[in-house]
Amino acid sequence: MATTQRSFPQSVWDFFCSLKLTIFLLISLALTSIIGTVLPQGSLPPEYVAQISPAKLQIYSKLGFFDMYHSWWFITLLYVFSLNLICCSIKRLPHVFKFISEPMLVLGESQRSSFALKQEITFTGAVAAGRDALQEFLAKELAAAVVTEHNGEYHLFAQKNPWCRLGVYVVHLSILVIFVGAIVGSLFGYKGFVSIVEGSGISTVETRTGQHLPLGFEVRCEKFNVDFYPTGAPKEFRSTLTILENGQPVPGYKDVKVIVNDPLSYKGITFYQSSYGQASEGSQHFLTATPRSGGAPQRLAIREGEAVVLKDGSTLKLLEAAQEVQQFIPGMSGAAARVELTVKGKAPQVFIVFKNYPDVNAQRGDDLVLGYEGTNARMYTGLQVAKDPGVWVVWLGCSLMVLGLYIAFFLSHKRVWIVVTKGHARMYGNSSKNQAAFSMQFEELANKLKNLKI
Amino acid sequence: MTSSMLFNVTTLAYMASMVLFFAFLASRNKALGLGGSLLAYAGLAVQTVAIGLRWKESYDMGVGHAPLSNLYESVVFFSWTIILIYMYIDLKFKYRIVGAFVVPFALLGMAWAQLGLNSGIEPLVPALQSNWLLYHVITCFLGYAAFAVACGVSIMYLIKAQHEENNASGASAGGLMSMFPPTRVLDDLNYRAIMIGFPLLTLGIITGAAWANYAWGTYWSWDPKETWSLIVWFVYAAFLHARFTRGWVGKRAAWLSIIGFAATIFCYLGVNLFLSGLHSYGNSKM
Ligand code: HEM
Repeated sequence: MATTQRSFPQSVWDFFCSLKLTIFLLISLALTSIIGTVLPQGSLPPEYVAQISPAKLQIYSKLGFFDMYHSWWFITLLYVFSLNLICCSIKRLPHVFKFISEPMLVLGESQRSSFALKQEITFTGAVAAGRDALQEFLAKELAAAVVTEHNGEYHLFAQKNPWCRLGVYVVHLSILVIFVGAIVGSLFGYKGFVSIVEGSGISTVETRTGQHLPLGFEVRCEKFNVDFYPTGAPKEFRSTLTILENGQPVPGYKDVKVIVNDPLSYKGITFYQSSYGQASEGSQHFLTATPRSGGAPQRLAIREGEAVVLKDGSTLKLLEAAQEVQQFIPGMSGAAARVELTVKGKAPQVFIVFKNYPDVNAQRGDDLVLGYEGTNARMYTGLQVAKDPGVWVVWLGCSLMVLGLYIAFFLSHKRVWIVVTKGHARMYGNSSKNQAAFSMQFEELANKLKNLKI
Repeated sequence: MTSSMLFNVTTLAYMASMVLFFAFLASRNKALGLGGSLLAYAGLAVQTVAIGLRWKESYDMGVGHAPLSNLYESVVFFSWTIILIYMYIDLKFKYRIVGAFVVPFALLGMAWAQLGLNSGIEPLVPALQSNWLLYHVITCFLGYAAFAVACGVSIMYLIKAQHEENNASGASAGGLMSMFPPTRVLDDLNYRAIMIGFPLLTLGIITGAAWANYAWGTYWSWDPKETWSLIVWFVYAAFLHARFTRGWVGKRAAWLSIIGFAATIFCYLGVNLFLSGLHSYGNSKM
């Protein structure tokens, strides 16, 4: 065995250039990534904390398992991965460039025997005539050929798509570009959340890290609506937003509809429909209580959770109200309130009072017929807010990756040599990918060659 | 005629195709192999019509959307893509017998969908109302299907290689094994199927990221489904690179391909059944 003494830097370099390291890294990344899909990530749900033993909890936390994709060891893996990629490319690219720019124009005797694809013809004309005819043949059938004279033989060389050998490197570069985009995004962008009550506006956003950042403009929520399918499933969540600068609506950004899958972008900051709810604070709900025997209805204004004593001495408590019941009670629509009515001297009853169905309300055979008229509560819309100046770099990287994969897998570098001697021409060929398809093309070429008049 | 009836016809066609392929394996009668292929193609044609019809039916119901929105529809589409990729391999490389190891995957999908899954056409929840759904699902599933074919071919490889080892004496055993393509060809087919699947999976991940960015403002959030698709991607990337280092063709490559497909199936189904996240069909967050 040859024992070559390698210096330490040389060994380090070889380590980072090795494809074994690549496979090790790819498999390690695959295996370790599983952890984060099994364990909860980020802030832990209390049920989880309750069921796991404290020792385990501590060990997992120490190892960063609860935020593993940002843990020091996962990030280190990614850095080593990038380093591996860069070193490998630095080592190989010069060879590839050389291979492309200085093609093998002359086929040595020993190389000729290594070709699977070859075809020989004989001809009677002069060598020079054969050379010219074959040069023309290659130019017509494949690509312009380079002619080299060597030891009395003429070597004709033609090739197609030599640059497609770079496809793999485009793929590798694209990975680094995506990493750069991700880093730019994490350094100069943020993710946050705002909730805006109908009719009001905000000009700061709370980021995921808890900071309050000024937006530099104001976003007002004019209206929030939910539509439902007849089955009660939600169909559309829609916020109507206006952007204001110095208190004035920005032209083109007034009453913009934002729905899920259709966000609003302004000055590099994008607002995504994310959640909604009722801004119940301080809002009142309006109910009526009408004696069945007739008489004027008593009008009530109550807050959720509040109770009032009615004229006849009964107690009415508003448990909760919803402005759309379709999702809970398919077939019914509109607003409703869940109330607890305690008629004097009787047990409390809990039932639902509808806004749109007074008949249903009246069917309860009690002395009092209740009605629900709605609320002055306003809705709020919850919007994800994102600013990511790196996202274009990421898309650039993704495009490069797709392009590179296409080149690497579906294009091939095809090469054909013809060695011309007195009375003989021998053709050889190979391709970098998809040998099966190329061998058919070569056969066709060989048939044409056999019929060539020289 | 309803799409549901046509899906039943499709299932029967795939079942008959599989039976013929098994008979082909056992008898080596070429006509049976041809019959198996033709039945698979007929099933594919019927299924294509059925998918189109289901699409139209959803519009007739007033909740029009591409039939790719719930588990039932995705399993049906998965079966469709498997046969599509098989057709490509059969017509291009002329190894009919591969069908015996690929059509069962499609049949399994159809049978499960028809017998075990809720096939109702449901309206799209807001989260899925996007054209990205189409691009994302189609690319992912074509990729998965190519990996299914690679897995079928790898199983054939392992069976054949095992058999050759046992009969190392060189006495060509003939019989069933002579029906299989040579191991060299199976190894190559495995690689080719992955060369089709890998770019498609890559496109699937990218379109998913683009959609997530468009809908939520983050192209990557390490949601279990996303992470598993990345895991699958890592496994196949390892497969591609392993071919460049000596010793990682043949058996080890076949195993890597099978592991890759197991990870793919987990990514597709296991994540929904065992883990929670954004992609649970039917009850996504808005
Ligand atoms: C540490 C990371 C990586 C290193 C060091 C690395 C290195 C290499 C090397 C040396 C080759 C052989 C090139 C040749 O001479 O033809 C290669 C091929 C390739 N690499 Fe990577 N690679 C890495 C990661 C990746 C990743 C993550 C992908 C995913 C897209 C990828 C995609 C490819 C493809 C598609 C090929 C061509 C394979 C084929 O033609 O069969 N590489 N890589």
